[in-house]
Formats: sequence, C-alpha cells, structure tokens
Amino acid sequence: MTALSGVRLGRPGAVASRRSLRILEHDLLVFRRGWSSYLLSGLSQPFLYLVSMGIGLGLYVNRSGSLPGGVSYLAYVAPALLVTQAMMAASFESAWPIMNKIHWDKTYHAALNTPVGAIDLLVGDLMWIAFRATLLSTLFLLVVVVLGAAASPLVVLAIPVAVLTALSFAAPIMAFTATQTGDGGFNALFRFGITPLFLFSGTFFPIEKLPLFLQPLAWVTPLYHGVAAARALSVGQLDPIGLTVHVGALLAVIVAGVAAGRVTFRRRLVV
Amino acid sequence: MPDPTAAPLIRARRLTKRFGSFTAVDGVDFDVAPGEAFGFLGPNGAGKTSTMRMIGTVSPVTAGELTVFGMSPEHHGAAIRARLGVVPQADTLDNELSVLENLIIYGRYFDLGWAESRRRATELLEFVQLTERSDDKVEPLSGGMKRRLVIARALINEPSLLLLDEPTTGLDPQARHLLWDRLYRLKQRGVTLCLTTHYMDEAEQLCDRLVVMDRARIVAEGSPRQLIDRYVTREVLELRFRRGDDESDDTAQLDGKLDGLADRVEQLPDRVLVYTADGEAAAAAAYERGLRPASVLVRRSSLEDVFLSLTGRSLVE
Repeated sequence: MTALSGVRLGRPGAVASRRSLRILEHDLLVFRRGWSSYLLSGLSQPFLYLVSMGIGLGLYVNRSGSLPGGVSYLAYVAPALLVTQAMMAASFESAWPIMNKIHWDKTYHAALNTPVGAIDLLVGDLMWIAFRATLLSTLFLLVVVVLGAAASPLVVLAIPVAVLTALSFAAPIMAFTATQTGDGGFNALFRFGITPLFLFSGTFFPIEKLPLFLQPLAWVTPLYHGVAAARALSVGQLDPIGLTVHVGALLAVIVAGVAAGRVTFRRRLVV
Repeated sequence: MPDPTAAPLIRARRLTKRFGSFTAVDGVDFDVAPGEAFGFLGPNGAGKTSTMRMIGTVSPVTAGELTVFGMSPEHHGAAIRARLGVVPQADTLDNELSVLENLIIYGRYFDLGWAESRRRATELLEFVQLTERSDDKVEPLSGGMKRRLVIARALINEPSLLLLDEPTTGLDPQARHLLWDRLYRLKQRGVTLCLTTHYMDEAEQLCDRLVVMDRARIVAEGSPRQLIDRYVTREVLELRFRRGDDESDDTAQLDGKLDGLADRVEQLPDRVLVYTADGEAAAAAAYERGLRPASVLVRRSSLEDVFLSLTGRSLVE
C-alpha cells in the first residue's frame, strides 16, 4: 500500500486514486468479522458440487466416453465449477451489497464526504471482489486437488482465470446497480442472465452440443471464455492462441464494465 | 470569536443549483467567517441541503461562484473535503461495523494511520459520551446516540469547518440539548459551524448569524436578534378563540376590534398573533374592546415570527 501511496492518477474523482485501497480496507474489516463462515462454505460448497456432479453424475457420463480428450467427467467439470463459483459470488456481491451502500444504508455517501471519490468506491469494491474470488477459488482448488480432479500443475493458473471471470461479471453488474433504485432489476438479471449463463456456457457439457444458432451466443459470454481457459489449464491441453483469446475477451469485458461504472457511479453519486 | 475582517471560509456569489428544469438554489450570496456559527433557516425544500452539498463538494455547482477555504470545489474537491467535517441529514452509518470501527475506518479515508485513527476515535467517543458502546453494533443505538456518533465521525479529521444538515431533526428534547451542548463546545474551541435547520430554537441557540431561505432564495440575513428587531416586534400576543356551534372558528367576533392595537396582526388557522411592543397592554385593550378569547399568551418574538412575517407561512407545517 505504501508503494502505491505516491501514485497520482490525475484529477481526483475522475479516475481512481490510492484511496480506493481504503475502500478495500473497509471491506476487509467487515470480512474479519465473518471469515470463519466464509472458510466453511468456501470448502463445503466445492466438495458437495464435485462429489454430486463430478463423481455421481460422472459415473453415467464416463460410460459414453465422449468428452473431448477422453477426460473423466470430474476432471472436465471441476475447473468449470471453480470458475462458475467465483462468477456467482462476484455477481451477487456486486448487486445487493453495492445497492445497500448506494441506496439503503448509503455508506458510500458517507465515504464521499472524505477525500475518497466516486471512482475510488468502484475500484475499491472491485478489488474486494477480486480478493474474495481469489480466496474462494483457492479453497475450491484445494478440494479439486484432494479429489485428484486436476491433471496438470498449471491448474493453479485457473485461480487468476477465475478472478478475471469474476471481475468480468462484477464490473458491468456494479455499473448496472448504480442505475437502480431497488432490487427488482436484480431478480430479472439473475433469472434471465446469470442462471442461463451458468447452465449453457460450457460448464456442464461442451457448447458444441448446443443448437447451432445458440453457439455464437456462448462465445460472447465471458463465462464461456473463463470456463474454457480454466479447463484447458486444468486438463493440460494448452493452446496458447486459444488461451490468449479467452483472457483477452475477459479483459475486454472488464475494461468495458469499469468504463460504464465510472459513468454510472458519478451520475448516481455526484449530483 | 468570529473575525469579520478575516478572509471568509465560504464565499458564495449568485450560487445556483438546478436539477433539470427545477431550480433548487437560485442565485444566493453569503459569506461564512472563520470561527462563526452560521445557519440556513428555512422550511423543507427551501434549498438548504442543496447549498450544503455544494459546499461539501459532493454536488456540482450549476452556476455562480463558490469557494471553500479559498479553493474551488470543482478543481480541489478532495483537498476541501480533507479539511471538512460533514454531518449529513441521514446517518449513513455502517451497520456491518462496530461503533468504534465506524470511526476508525472513517479516519483511514482521511489517510490517518491506524494507531492515530484509533486514538482519535477513542477520544471522540469520550467526547460524545458513547465510550461504553464502543464495541456494540450501530443498529441498536438510539436516534440521539447515532447522531452523536455521526458528529464524532465528522470530527475524526479535526476539521476547521463543520457542516451540519439538520443535526437534531427527529430527536427528543433531551437528546437535542445534549447535542447542542457538544456543538457549543466545538464552537468555543474555534471550529466554524455551518448548519441548516427548520427549528427556530436551534437557530437561536447555536447561530451567530443566519440567512432565512425560502423557495430557493435568501430572503433575509442577520443575527437572530437583528432579524427579530428588524422584522417583528418585541412581544407577541397569542389569542385562541373557542369554536362556535356552527364550527365557525369565532374569529368573526374580531371584526376589526384589534385595529390600531398592534403593529401587525397575523391570523393563523388555530390562533391570532398580535405583534406589539407590550403584549400585556394589548391583551388588556383587547378585553376592553369586548373580545373574549379562550386563551391568552404573551411571549417574546422568535425567528418563527420572522419567517412568518417574511413569507406569510409558518416554518414547520
């Protein structure tokens, strides 16, 4: 933090400053109160998912032997679930809790009475979401390794992929949250956005099995790219060009989301 | 004590705030001197909060000039906010943190070190008499306690200017007096206070000088005493009349009987206000003229009367 404190990134409020780190500190202070329950659910969730889907459902899937590269269903689905879980947590975190800070408890407004600016709030809370995604993915990876579901040591790189995927959802959703005055929009977002993505982004089966007209839809969703990159790293079937495309797609969505958030945050909070 | 020769901490000229086609603040001029307790008095919707938010640099100025500490809010927002303490209308406290943590993290937003922030937070909880609640969550605190905590939070950066937007709205009398006492002590320490209120007694208690706002404009300016001297008489005689059988409120019996008795007569739905230098004498005269009010009260004029005489309406409906 001290290394960054000398950095000035232009006009205060127009861009993020080192003060976004203060917002991250705030979130870590809240986290400190509940870290044990985070840890517990962070370990039990992947275990339940991997045993039921990877091992239970896998018993039947493996008989057909039709997965690309001939991997087991557990090895196929584990990296995808790792990424998906980070995405789900980040999506939730950028909806209701942010709405609370903007609209219900209005703690953002309290922070804005200090040298902290609107963009610092956006960037600070994105850093917190990245932190949380790192933590969740690391715990998930532990379970993956314990169950022997990863073929390649490169699977550790699934963690940064999961973090990028989490941010590629969090940034646009935070931008959206700043335009809302209640949580009605979130129900639609999750019902018609997040849940279908969770089911049809190549998490549970290859997108090649989707009807032809739906496949291009999968390509433009960030979750598909996150899942594909993590899976390639985990099963050790590395294709550098493919990986670059996947990571590039995630970064593009993050940049677009932050740009949108800069506008909606300022429009909402500085009036 | 306020020093009228010193450069003003806040200076506004033709200051204007518009939201679309709605004008919230319509070209107001005012100065706030260092050490002064300055008030914006007015009903809800008069433009007080919009003015405060522009001073606090969280709301862009639409037109006109505004400087705070000699700096422009547009270009030096963060530098201005670093020296301001703000008590917003809503508490905006963090329900996920304890009372003490609320203050410590706020100090961090001002770049205080953790140890220094904790030291100040502990001291401030003492000052606002919340030390025993340090480790409690915020939610169960009473309204008065939350307000005190918000004031403590606003002081964490040792501001030279404290902005208070309706600091005691919704509090019971005891909680208000405790809060006024803390604000008075801050003023004695040389902190400049700038507050909005729609309570006359609050303005009279706390403000050296104030402006009366109504419908986005400033309609009068001065010390509470000056305003009372200028716009109303020394005393007010309040007469209430029994309602007649036909539900007419019996003010018909007035029928010009108060003419020439007073400087001004104001007829409100529930009572008649007679502005006069000597309330007792006016009451006696009214009785002589055959008026039989159900109740008679003589009191000193207040800022409420000033507002009434300026706008023809009462402050709190």
